[in-house]
Amino acid sequence: MHIVVDTDRCVGGGQCVMAAPEIFDQNDDDGTVVLLRADPPPDASAAVREAARLCPALAITLVEEEQ
Amino acid sequence: MKTSTATEERDGLPAFPMPRQGPFQPPHAYAELRAEQPVARVRLWDGRAAWLVTRHAEIRQLLSDPRVSARRQHPGFPFATPARAAAERHEEAFISKDPPEHGRLRKMLTRYFAVRRIERLRPVVQDIVDGLIDDIEESGPPADLVRQLALELPARTICHIFGLPPEERHYFQSRDHRRNALDSDPADVVAATEEMLHYVDALVASKQRSPGDDLISELVRDQLDTGAAERGELVAILRHLLAAGHDTTANMIALGVVVLLSHPDQLAQATTDPELWPGAVEELLRYISVFQISPNRVATEDIEIAGVTIRTGDGIITPAVAANRDPHAFPDPDTFDIHRQARHHLAFAYGVHQCLGQPLARLELQVVFRTLFERLPTLELTTPAERLAVREYLLLSIEELPVTWTVPGVSR
Ligand code: HEM
Ligand code: HEM
Ligand code: SF4
Repeated sequence: MHIVVDTDRCVGGGQCVMAAPEIFDQNDDDGTVVLLRADPPPDASAAVREAARLCPALAITLVEEEQ
Repeated sequence: MKTSTATEERDGLPAFPMPRQGPFQPPHAYAELRAEQPVARVRLWDGRAAWLVTRHAEIRQLLSDPRVSARRQHPGFPFATPARAAAERHEEAFISKDPPEHGRLRKMLTRYFAVRRIERLRPVVQDIVDGLIDDIEESGPPADLVRQLALELPARTICHIFGLPPEERHYFQSRDHRRNALDSDPADVVAATEEMLHYVDALVASKQRSPGDDLISELVRDQLDTGAAERGELVAILRHLLAAGHDTTANMIALGVVVLLSHPDQLAQATTDPELWPGAVEELLRYISVFQISPNRVATEDIEIAGVTIRTGDGIITPAVAANRDPHAFPDPDTFDIHRQARHHLAFAYGVHQCLGQPLARLELQVVFRTLFERLPTLELTTPAERLAVREYLLLSIEELPVTWTVPGVSR
């Protein structure tokens, strides 16, 4: 799984940080999303999917690898 | 809201707002409409029709649709009562702006509310809660938890963030109440709003003269002095911020205590295993859903949804409580269950306007419930939950919460 975030769309509410704190953070300047790991380990993928689903600004896109 | 529980008709459409069945029973009409007409026409007080949306999926979809506007100045924007129109029509804060203007203004504030930054406030919030419960223990039993705890915690927290002496809290508390009562005289609502704006303007001036280590001083330095924001913009945003975290969090605290005391088994589990509190708070946010008749929006293009066409200029009403009691999103939705996965609730709305203060609200709620029930384990209501008076109010709201408890070694 590969994560792409769009900081222009991001509204900084931090749903992603709450769902997957090892993968997402917020920057100190304007609170928008910072990707700590764009290619999360497999055991984080459920939390990352939850983050993408909860993101109110549709700012998180997941690119699933071909099986 | 009203004591009669049947939905009234107004010119051939169901009248909105609709009566609630009780503090924790949203209008029956929401459930009926959800099954039959999830996007349905309703009639407002001013004779206009608007669309009431009652399903989680459609509410999520509309609140994140760029063809939907949050501008209260738009002639089609729906208001629940004359008092709401007076309170919101001239709102200039970013709650009433669309992208890209919305993002520019919201991003002035987002960093102060980032999850990890708010987490650093935990000791401050804990101190405030400890102090309030000290006072409650000292003066009681009994106590009124609305006045002595629920209103006090958000007010004192925001005073801390803004760098205001806690005495100042009454100034905006009282004006906020005049704005949020659904049956306020519109002229009084306008007056209360102006008073708040003057107050915030004076506050900005005083922080310009003598800056401190607080949010207003930082915003003055980073946004106003640099020309990034105009004074009027900043004043409107700060006024909204002073109000936004106030009645919302206060009513969540008061009603949360009622729900927890009504579910003693689940409360006992959380007090034994405090790791359960964050999940319990999400479920409280879902189950209570203080936003009973809003958020509201207006369509700026035609939108096809759930078999109907919302026309350009039509008003849209997406009550959080309607989404959060949708059985598709939450099986057995009318049951309170702290073990369910409730994180996708829409108590903080959805889309670009999703609550900016949610990390702070969660922090306050987690700390206050945990501490209250640890310190006063025998707490009980002195008025049965179903007899608590629910107000005619923008938010689901109770005016007082009389409680008592046993003091060890003292018989009652
Ligand atoms: C449990 C307590 C709270 C609830 C249920 C709540 C709920 C909401 C909801 C539903 C909205 C969206 C309204 C709309 O879309 O029209 C909102 C927006 C907002 N809330 Fe909260 N809120 C709470 C606490 C707070 C706190 C503590 C603060 C800050 C101190 C805050 C600040 C804001 C701001 C600034 C907005 C506007 C966001 C925007 O338009 O981009 N809220 N809140
Ligand atoms: C800790 C408990 C409280 C104390 C000690 C207290 C004290 C006061 C004092 C001294 C005033 C007069 C000064 C002023 O106008 O600011 C006042 C006014 C007022 N307070 Fe409180 N208050 C308390 C709680 C509350 C609560 C919980 C509410 C809201 C439900 C409230 C609503 C008001 C209102 C409506 C006014 C009228 C003044 C106005 O319109 O600005 N107070 N309070
Ligand atoms: S959940 Fe979405 S909008 Fe919120 S901070 Fe994360 S990326 Fe940004």
